[in-house]
Amino acid sequence: MKKYIVSFLVVSTFGLYALYLRSVGDASSAAVSPAPVAETSIPAPTPISAPTPVPTPTPVKVPTPTKPAGQYKDGVYTGVSANAYYGNIQVRATISGGKLTDVQFLDYPQDRGTSVRINSQAMPYLRQEAIQAQSANVNTVSGASDSSGAFRQSLASALEQAKNS
Amino acid sequence: MKRQKIIMGMTVVVEIADRHATEETSEKIFSYFEYIDQKFSTYKADSEITGINDGLIKPGGYSADMQEVFRLSEETKKQTGGYFDIRTPEGTYDPSGLVKGWAIHNASKMLLKDGFNNFYIDIGGDIQACGKNNRKEQWRVGIRNPFRPETEIVKVLSIEDRGVATSGTYARGEHIYNPHARVPSANGIVSLTVIGPDIYEADRFATAAFAMGKDGIGFIEKLDGFEGYMIDKDGIATLTSGFEKYTL
Repeated sequence: MKKYIVSFLVVSTFGLYALYLRSVGDASSAAVSPAPVAETSIPAPTPISAPTPVPTPTPVKVPTPTKPAGQYKDGVYTGVSANAYYGNIQVRATISGGKLTDVQFLDYPQDRGTSVRINSQAMPYLRQEAIQAQSANVNTVSGASDSSGAFRQSLASALEQAKNS
Repeated sequence: MKRQKIIMGMTVVVEIADRHATEETSEKIFSYFEYIDQKFSTYKADSEITGINDGLIKPGGYSADMQEVFRLSEETKKQTGGYFDIRTPEGTYDPSGLVKGWAIHNASKMLLKDGFNNFYIDIGGDIQACGKNNRKEQWRVGIRNPFRPETEIVKVLSIEDRGVATSGTYARGEHIYNPHARVPSANGIVSLTVIGPDIYEADRFATAAFAMGKDGIGFIEKLDGFEGYMIDKDGIATLTSGFEKYTL
């Protein structure tokens, strides 16, 4: 029973922190590190560290524009580090021939966290597992071709620089 | 016979296991997707959807296909509590979250009508699989590892007469992307795969459920005839209760 109370506290804290992040994160693209989640075995489920700001990125290089064929000037532009709630996403856009030709990720949330317990508390009827690489032969593969809001935000800011520089 | 072509900025793959399939069979399907792209692409200055967004085409002047897509979008918006919405924050319309699945579904019906029963159609990772593969087994569909999208799969599905769609955040390392894709921040979820009765159903509900973040998999669980596999940013997957009947 005690475990459940502690779990509840963890979930509540996480939820409130999420709301806080959302209210802050929406207003600006301020970089905020992911919510540090306490383990259920730790009695006080408070965030361990405060959000740390990430230095404002600057364009990496602005080469001499070559005859622009599109709406952007050729070069390599770094977007803002945008808050994806679970971490930050930052991209670098390459423009050549006036067109966006490549996007690289400088920052992408991949760190292992401890949100597993929270998931299982929220959805006890759904089973969970750690993903594992499979080697079987397949006919085809299903995957995402979408992009996240934070990705778009970072890319948009990179493209804004490509327009104005 | 397996053929592929780049349409709508995505790889379109048509594999037909029926022996009487010819190049013409897949050409007909490719032409249909080109027609759809020409009508619904928000990137094309002369597409119907761009005309609508520019105010040049009024509701009374929509083509039958456009009317159908708007009707289905409205219906899906209601069924998903507003999580699916083709209206962008800028006030324009972007039906891409539904058109792809709808078009694959229509193309599958064209093949079935022409007497082909064993095939799959894949556009950018959204798949309709009908009948059996060349080995007379169910079609095997991998689920891409969102953290290593180019090299790894994390699950193998075995399906027949089903649609499989995956919504997710942009994955590192890929070079095909859609800078205008309107996918809300997913609160720690990087990939959500939905198996549904057909690709139209799987695609629209994958789009909506992904927008719901962590609650999305619970939404899929509640839908009859649908199963889901959600992967979070820590590499932990959550499965719906009937998902494993499709896994190998």
